[in-house]
Amino acid sequence: MDNLKKTPLYQTHVDLGGKMVDFGGWALPVQYSSIIEEHRAVREACGLFDVSHMGEVDVRGKDAFAYLQKLCTNDLTTMTPGRCRYSMMCYADGGVVDDILVYKHSDDHYMIVVNAGNADKDYAWFEEHVFGDVQLENQSPAWAQLALQGPLFQKVLDAVGYTGEIPAKNYTFTPKVIVGGIKCLVSRTGYTGEDGVELYCAAADGPALHKLLLNAGQPYGLLPAALGARDSLRFEAAMPLYGHEMTDEITPLETNIGFAVKMEKDDFIGKQALQAPIKRRRIGLKLTDRGIVREHYDVYQNGKLVGFTTSGVPVPTLEGSHAMALVDIGVADAEDFEVEIRGKKLHAVQVPLPFYKRSK
Amino acid sequence: MVPKDRKYTNNDEWILEENGQFKIGITDYAQTALGDIVFVDLPGIGDTFTAGQDFAVVESVKAAAEIYTQVSGKVVAVNEALDADPALLNQDAYNTFLAVLEGALDGEVLTPEEYEAKIAE
Repeated sequence: MDNLKKTPLYQTHVDLGGKMVDFGGWALPVQYSSIIEEHRAVREACGLFDVSHMGEVDVRGKDAFAYLQKLCTNDLTTMTPGRCRYSMMCYADGGVVDDILVYKHSDDHYMIVVNAGNADKDYAWFEEHVFGDVQLENQSPAWAQLALQGPLFQKVLDAVGYTGEIPAKNYTFTPKVIVGGIKCLVSRTGYTGEDGVELYCAAADGPALHKLLLNAGQPYGLLPAALGARDSLRFEAAMPLYGHEMTDEITPLETNIGFAVKMEKDDFIGKQALQAPIKRRRIGLKLTDRGIVREHYDVYQNGKLVGFTTSGVPVPTLEGSHAMALVDIGVADAEDFEVEIRGKKLHAVQVPLPFYKRSK
Repeated sequence: MVPKDRKYTNNDEWILEENGQFKIGITDYAQTALGDIVFVDLPGIGDTFTAGQDFAVVESVKAAAEIYTQVSGKVVAVNEALDADPALLNQDAYNTFLAVLEGALDGEVLTPEEYEAKIAE
């Protein structure tokens, strides 16, 4: 673990008994108590994640908007200050550089949140495409980021006490909220399919904020939650994960997240390639035979190889083993499939994505 | 402390000889490393294996682990309770066998002391 990068909460994880693993070069916990318990806590009460490994890039300048508009597949035109927008950045061939979250402070000031594993590559991509009046700053080391996710998140914040406004609408943020005496940027965002917020604070304040939220949340059933539950939760909500549902070889349209690709907007990197008809598409599968589907298993339809699974996680709150798969477009509406598990072809049926959708 | 009544393997299985047959399971260390166990793929009764082959798969939320036999022989019983409740392995790994094999223990095994030393590393 010594050669790995550590978030400001490393010691917190160790103190809480987190099982530490190498996650893309970061020492992070995969679980504290049990992935199943942590998953359930987020669905039924609340979970607290350290996501400080995510990268933050500050973009300033008169051309910041035009610059980001060129890099993003989504349309930033309709963003007002205080909004967040999910987008891809694509290569010219339509493959995905990364999926990102854009925070708009003002027309000439944005914050971009990127995946930890892609941070270096992304930063190089950002620098390579700079034009006009654009200044970039990698602020990742300055921030700690905590995700407070689950139906009881507001009760936990109330118990800690705060001044300022917790953003009421999904995909909005408040740049300054004082939570338990700690200055935070708070956004109504997350990666669990559950309601909740993400809190950004100074790296040095991260452990104290974590402790405040953990203590305040305990009466409500809050658990510290780690990477294992984060993956099973996002999987259940069918939220794509870079390296799985999208890669430099899988386009956003194949991943079926067209909502984040606005073909009608002016030129953006990858637009031309994305105009071609797609040859394969992401679908949901449920195994009807006994077994567990995991990623990178071959998928067959009528005996013919038609694709592969991109993620498969045995989710405690779903009946049976589920997977997301990328299959040839010609069979993407078929009902019956087979998944090869250790040499055996097992029967699966197509089911709609997401596997889980919270009731409003 | 691992039970002294049985043998162990480098892959974190235990082998308990009873009445000339061999019960095989996974160690407490193995179940802790795997985390929540959600599925066990057991062999069929009558299946035959040679020492060093994988004969079952234990799957947790995180990972799938192949389980190896150091006994060459035939499966005479499997723990069907694991079909309904695979988490039994998390609760009591040393009293939850996977399968019983009849045959010869001819693979590489460790004594309880050797295994304890191995997992302490």
